[in-house]
Amino acid sequence: MSTTPSLAGATPGREFASGLVTVTPMLLGAVPFGLIYGALAVQAGISPLLAIAISSIVFAGSAQFMITKLVAASTPGLLIVLSVGVINLRHALYSAAVAEKLAHLPARWKMLLAYLLTDEAYAAAVRRLESDTNAAQRHWFLFGCGFGLWFTWQLACIAGVVLGGRIPQAWSLDFAGTLTFIAIVVPLLKDRASTASMVVAGVVAVACFALPHKLFIIVAALAGMAAGVLLERLAGKAETPA
Amino acid sequence: MNLWLTMALAGLVTFLIRYSFIGTAGRFSAPAWFRRMLRFVPIAALTALIWPDMLMPAGGLFVSLHNPRLIAGLIAGLVAWRSGNIFLTIGVGMIALWALQWWL
Repeated sequence: MSTTPSLAGATPGREFASGLVTVTPMLLGAVPFGLIYGALAVQAGISPLLAIAISSIVFAGSAQFMITKLVAASTPGLLIVLSVGVINLRHALYSAAVAEKLAHLPARWKMLLAYLLTDEAYAAAVRRLESDTNAAQRHWFLFGCGFGLWFTWQLACIAGVVLGGRIPQAWSLDFAGTLTFIAIVVPLLKDRASTASMVVAGVVAVACFALPHKLFIIVAALAGMAAGVLLERLAGKAETPA
Repeated sequence: MNLWLTMALAGLVTFLIRYSFIGTAGRFSAPAWFRRMLRFVPIAALTALIWPDMLMPAGGLFVSLHNPRLIAGLIAGLVAWRSGNIFLTIGVGMIALWALQWWL
């Protein structure tokens, strides 16, 4: 399904349209995930207006999903902000990966594209950004990916808020979120360090699940990062004598 | 803390993370250890959400062939590994979950 965008003589409009097309497969995960977010947010006691606003303010599926669970568990506000920060820290990776390609743009473009920089938009746009063909217009491609996802996400979340409890639980739509994460994580498991990072994060998450305020998320994420860095350092020392 | 304020801060933190390298390109470079760590952030952060959902669907550890989320998640993982296709991974995973829920 990964469409290679046509680049010959691409105008901003064409780049934007290519971005929209390329991000489409991601919508299969985003739509059910957004629906279930909206429903869970209302069930957690978040007002419909705020539930919809969060989709624009935070605009991050995994973090929004986590927020509904944290609010339902009456987690203090500062811990919610901290948890969102840890879960979304991964976006710094995407920011670092695209920074060089966007360096020539004015600040308003940088802010817009940073705001739209989700897992899905990054995954959809990364190949186009790495191609230097028609480089002056490629930010329009990223904008197309980001906007397509943003627009669909807003509609799905609003629909979820409106439908609320009428979405049958037996459909297990929340699992679409987990599947999206699996689809993102598995291709990243390229060596022993990355696999160790996953295993440690997973085991710690399960072992610490009972901690109050869903602290297992922060603890497991930090443990997984530490394990990856540590193993990479050990492997590096073994392979390349200084 | 008021929930609106909490969400405003959560949104601000998220934006600043996404803007970090884009906004400072060329003017500032993060320490080497931080750049090394970044590669593991999506893996560790998302796994912290994936594993409990697959292994503890009702809050308690449930490692069994009768756990539809565990089996469907493993099938999806296999699809992701072999195909690298997000569309296929989500599609097969959801169909597997529904089939297993109906069958188990």
